[in-house]
Amino acid sequence: MTFLLAPLLKYLIIIPFVGFAASLFIPARMERFIAWTSLATVGFHLICAWLFIAFWLFPGDFPTYQTTEFSLYESPDYQFFISFYFDKVTTVFLFIGSFLILLVTVYSSYYLHRDNGYKRFFNALLLFYLGYNIVIFSGNFETLFIGWEVLGICSFLLIGFYRDRFLPVKNALKVFTVFRIADMGLLFCIWLSHHLWHENITFIKLTNSEVVQAQIHSHMTISIVISLMILLAAAVKSAQLPFTSWMPRAMEGPTPSSAIFYGSLSVHLGVFLLLRAYPFWEHLTPIVILVAVIGLATSIVATLISRVQSSIKTQIAYSSTAQIGIIFIEVAIGLHDLALFHLAGNAFLRTYQILVSPSVVSYLIREQFYNFIPRLPNDKNRALRKLKYSVYLLSTKEFYLDSFIYFILWNPMKWLGRKLDGIGENTAFNFIAISTFIGVTCIYAKGSIPQSIYYLFPTFFAFVGLLMVIRSFTERRNAQFSWVLMVVYHFWITLAVSFYEESNFIEMAIYLGGVLLSGIIGFAALDRLKTLEGKIDWNDFQGHIYEHPDLALIFFLSCLGLMAFPITPSFLGVDLVFTYIHTEQIDFAIILAISYILLGLSVIRMYSRIFLGPHAKTYHEVPNRSS
Amino acid sequence: MDTQNSSFDEHKVLHDLKHYLPAQAPLKDFIHHNTLHAFQQMKFHDAARKAAKIFGYQTKLQLEEYRALYHSGRIREDVLKRIVSERKGADRADEWIDKLLNQKYNTSISARIGQLRANWKTAYRIDLDLLIQPFLFRILCNYLDQGISVWGFPIGDRDFLSAMRDLEKESAISLFKKTRARELLLSDDCSISKLLNILVGDESLYEHYLYDQQFAHQGWSGIVAVAEDQPQFFLNRKDITLHDLIKFELLLEIDTLDAQFGEIWSPLAGKLMNRPEPLFSDVPETELDEAIILWHEAFEWSYYNQVLAAIQLQEKPQENITDDKSFQAMFCLDDRECSFRRHIEGIDSKCETFGTPGFFGVQFFFQPEHGKFYTKLCPAPNTPKHLIKETETHHPRKSEPLLSKLSHALFHGWLITQTLGFLSVLKLAFSVFRPTAAPAMASSFAHMYQLSSLTIENKNPDDKENGLQIGFTIEEMATNLENLLKGIGLIDHFAPIVYVFGHGASSINNPHYAAYDCGACSGRPGSVNARVICHIANHAEVRKILRPRGINIPSGTQFVGGLHDTTRDEVSYFDEDALSPENLTRHRKNVSVINKALDLNAKERSRRLLSINTKDKAEKIHEEVRKRSVSLFEPRPELNHATNAICVVGRRQLTKRIFLDRRAFMNSFNYRVDPDGKYLLMVMRPVGPVLGGINLEYFFSRMDNYRMGAGTKLPYNIMGLIGVANGSDGDLRPGLPSQMIEVHDPVRLLVIVEHFPDVVLKSINQEAATYEFYINEWVRIVAVHPETREIFLFRDGKFVPFKPLPQPIDIISDTIPIIESAIEAPTTHIVDATKENLPVYLIK
Repeated sequence: MTFLLAPLLKYLIIIPFVGFAASLFIPARMERFIAWTSLATVGFHLICAWLFIAFWLFPGDFPTYQTTEFSLYESPDYQFFISFYFDKVTTVFLFIGSFLILLVTVYSSYYLHRDNGYKRFFNALLLFYLGYNIVIFSGNFETLFIGWEVLGICSFLLIGFYRDRFLPVKNALKVFTVFRIADMGLLFCIWLSHHLWHENITFIKLTNSEVVQAQIHSHMTISIVISLMILLAAAVKSAQLPFTSWMPRAMEGPTPSSAIFYGSLSVHLGVFLLLRAYPFWEHLTPIVILVAVIGLATSIVATLISRVQSSIKTQIAYSSTAQIGIIFIEVAIGLHDLALFHLAGNAFLRTYQILVSPSVVSYLIREQFYNFIPRLPNDKNRALRKLKYSVYLLSTKEFYLDSFIYFILWNPMKWLGRKLDGIGENTAFNFIAISTFIGVTCIYAKGSIPQSIYYLFPTFFAFVGLLMVIRSFTERRNAQFSWVLMVVYHFWITLAVSFYEESNFIEMAIYLGGVLLSGIIGFAALDRLKTLEGKIDWNDFQGHIYEHPDLALIFFLSCLGLMAFPITPSFLGVDLVFTYIHTEQIDFAIILAISYILLGLSVIRMYSRIFLGPHAKTYHEVPNRSS
Repeated sequence: MDTQNSSFDEHKVLHDLKHYLPAQAPLKDFIHHNTLHAFQQMKFHDAARKAAKIFGYQTKLQLEEYRALYHSGRIREDVLKRIVSERKGADRADEWIDKLLNQKYNTSISARIGQLRANWKTAYRIDLDLLIQPFLFRILCNYLDQGISVWGFPIGDRDFLSAMRDLEKESAISLFKKTRARELLLSDDCSISKLLNILVGDESLYEHYLYDQQFAHQGWSGIVAVAEDQPQFFLNRKDITLHDLIKFELLLEIDTLDAQFGEIWSPLAGKLMNRPEPLFSDVPETELDEAIILWHEAFEWSYYNQVLAAIQLQEKPQENITDDKSFQAMFCLDDRECSFRRHIEGIDSKCETFGTPGFFGVQFFFQPEHGKFYTKLCPAPNTPKHLIKETETHHPRKSEPLLSKLSHALFHGWLITQTLGFLSVLKLAFSVFRPTAAPAMASSFAHMYQLSSLTIENKNPDDKENGLQIGFTIEEMATNLENLLKGIGLIDHFAPIVYVFGHGASSINNPHYAAYDCGACSGRPGSVNARVICHIANHAEVRKILRPRGINIPSGTQFVGGLHDTTRDEVSYFDEDALSPENLTRHRKNVSVINKALDLNAKERSRRLLSINTKDKAEKIHEEVRKRSVSLFEPRPELNHATNAICVVGRRQLTKRIFLDRRAFMNSFNYRVDPDGKYLLMVMRPVGPVLGGINLEYFFSRMDNYRMGAGTKLPYNIMGLIGVANGSDGDLRPGLPSQMIEVHDPVRLLVIVEHFPDVVLKSINQEAATYEFYINEWVRIVAVHPETREIFLFRDGKFVPFKPLPQPIDIISDTIPIIESAIEAPTTHIVDATKENLPVYLIK
């Protein structure tokens, strides 16, 4: 059976890809055609998927498939290939996913009728489903990472679906920020895995317990860091502590998208990641304990918070998170069948609850009408009352989780940014020119520089790159300046990497090619906007997409390119760059990771501020800021 | 400095502020009202201009939209010319028309509201709203919550500020970040003025500051104002005032500033670059304003003119006074019944229909069996003195375990997800592929069960409950019935069966369900009222009392109550078993007529529902329409009052042969029965506030769906069962969602009364509150001379003769081809949307 079924795996990815690609070309006015295309895609996918599952189940031995589809890049010491994988976990996720996406697609095809963003919605939904399939079928971390990134962008697009209002855009940015941390975790995990295994490790190899144990024993620290990174990514995606507070804030898009993302499919992918990597981290008892503790803590805290929620969607969001906390525990103690069963039930239930959430008004008011019992204060015991009020208020304040994220993430950057604020455009460009000259000279003169100093150069140049990203992050006046700094950052990273013996021209070209192209296009788009509008003010949201939707799309694509999203070769380049870094150069890696997060934020924030939010011009209806 | 002028009168400011805030009740009591009610004492156009400048509302269409409407033909050239000549003089008409069409204007609106508080951002670089609102809304929503949270507000029985004080005092966690605000809250001495002194520091700016602050979240402030003035809307009573809210918000602001800058920041007034324009200072009329008025009048009159021309053009029909009537039927005057009546009359030419406000003249509170509260069943402003109770329903209420709050508990949730969770996906699959009725839906038929009993008759006036008399006495019954029948002009020529149809709506996943029910019954179905009035009219004693008063109901005539579900186009009848055998035979025949009319009505409605092919057979379409009402994914179960534009008060003959689409409220009235306008006064009383309220709410929600409407309903999150917000931490969104108003044609209501102008004038200028609607032109009114059909337009306090511009009106013999061939608007842009509206036709 294996040799029959395994080659078919890729088609389960190709179907949503084709559907997504086709949906891009349908004119926005042709609602029925858009709906039909989406339905055909997910419907056909469901049939194929269920047939596949049936054939897989039939022999009764539930085999595991691993395929290597093709290599994106090969060099003597590095190989980046796309690989697919299929086992019981994939089966469950495939079953839930295909069923729910079909229901939600049918639902949305009516629900979104006459919405301005009808096409946008289905594009994003299909792209999401593509990303979801890439993740659940992935056979190695590299493939998984592609899907993971796609999901992050889809979340941003759907949370910020009502892009002319302030809160959706603000919350979309917020969630994107948190997700970016998870992405960074995965990137770190890929980097360290590469050094740990000296190859592109596939999931099937991870199931070989003897080999894994041997590796872990000889590289304990790396193994723990890898596991922590996996846990980080999983905790973010599944809204576990301390990242829980993004989940209710993501409920800004149309109800069906909230249902499928935050009720069911997207939030359970953290569990998926944990299950997938379980053969690795199960050997590390501290990690096992940590997973269980995070799950337990989340389930308690989220339950408390959910009990004080007085809005229906946030209530569902928190109680769903609490259940996922329990699922984390189940995964940690090895009850995987139970975990899978539990998560399926949770996904189904929450999807349903969110989809019928508007009905609670009539339903609960009727309940209240017939069953109301007035509350009487009955807190006689003072100590008990104190405890009760404290927990109530703490839960209402969401255990300060939201401000916590703000505190650890934004404040340091703002602080650093303010320090760098004094650096003007001319200073920056002079500095760039001079230090580039020095850098290039050093590379050519490497023979005459002592090895111990030379060794520090990559980190130093990467650090300068990071400073540029930070400077760009806090720039509020000149959008083009900010943009150029981000492009230059990538050059600095290549410069830094060029100090390594192994670096070669082709790999640098792969890295810079996409970035440069996106940089130029993005710059041109900004320039065009400046010509049209006179100036680009981006201190607050400007909403220029109202008048310039095409320009917005072009700029958005260049943003994706600049942040090395898998639409240009630069995506591969980022992985390549990471492979140069030696495990002992943790400082370089951390700098890269931070810049990776910041750059993504900076770019997406620039796009949001310029093109999204309430329109700065008021000749038409413009929403209140509080909506 | 003149202290007299700058002194801050807290009481007055709060009182006025409350008046300007949205006055929308919680969701279960959706009552339509004029969105700009605070400006009602001004002329309509002045109010629109001021509201735009002060609060930034878009009160009219955009200039370019009017121009596009002109080019599309929706605004007629001759109407525009007439309006311009009348208002600007014939000699300047060409100049003005050129301006209207070609002049370039700056059409941006820069509102005064928010200008003062904007200085926090510019001068202090702090975004107070962003830092405070999420927490403020959470606390408010938790406090006001009517039943979503599992763990209710621990001190929810106390008033808001005391509850906050208790919480602050007892809890180990503070509401605040720093101590100053905490101490201020706990001390007795913290007046609003004192807090404003800390924050603003200049008394003359206090008023502006409070407006800025509260209008930054007008939805929440509005609901608090409603809770303060009409606490009865909250089943779970809440003691909160706008004063409390403002004080708490001021404290949060002080606290946030303290946390940011320490306690050393200076008040806002000290850092002002320039003083903001006073909110309520004069708003001069610009040339653009004048142009917009001309455009808007032309837009409205392009429609009005057709209707008035048609009224004059039609042949004078014979009055239907034969005694050979198959049946008579009374409906609510609701615009949704307009087409239903037309279809019934079309199928059975011997029947006669009437329209009247859907509470049918009986006002009472209703208590369903096992209900813990009373429901008001009469127009919202009235307070009934009677109570009707439902008994013997024999009907268990169904519950929905999947909506159970237990699923939010940790352990129960663990069990439920793994058991019911799997059931829910099946349920979801069924409701997506095969929608059927579910316990979660709001069904008009569940308001009162068809086979239950009602306590209608009061035998002993001492029989009271909570100050309400249970049932009506015979004398009260007779008076109510007399007023009703004389009001609609039905005093003789009774048919063997007289139906009285209340109406209601059924929908699922629709937080605004109450807005779909009968407005004359405070947003509830009118079934109980229909049944009560029929019981009264069938009462032998009542008929005996009425005989000397000129109403002779033959003993063979029976009244039958019913409920028309406007979403599903279904009808149910009450107390059919009381019919005499002969009448039962007639009834069966009538039912088939009515059922056929329901099919046709569904077909007519379907032309605006894009998922249905209007050319299909009526029965098939009807099935589709019924499915919509139970479909989770259908944001438009019906279109409610969208496109409402006129109100006809007169005999059916006045408009029976005119096709008015579904745009007319129709109130039956016969000038002959009421020559001196005694009953007309009663008839006209609700027209302004209720119908004008509906019309103006649609009008303004359509004009600015972001600030005066509720935006798209697709992302709604239900807050505390009282309102909707767009996401997790936004403001409440009062007004109507875009799905309800997207096809609405924003024209003011034109009331057409068939009576002599002086009698009409007398009937509208008796009460100042009603008169305001007409004299300030929030509602337009014309009188039609009942004998000559001359038209008199009400303008500046008097009725003046008015001639509609000559306009050809097409004559059709059947409405169905017109409906089948109607255009479906490709988009909801106003130019496209109005194309969907059919012109007025004369029916042969």
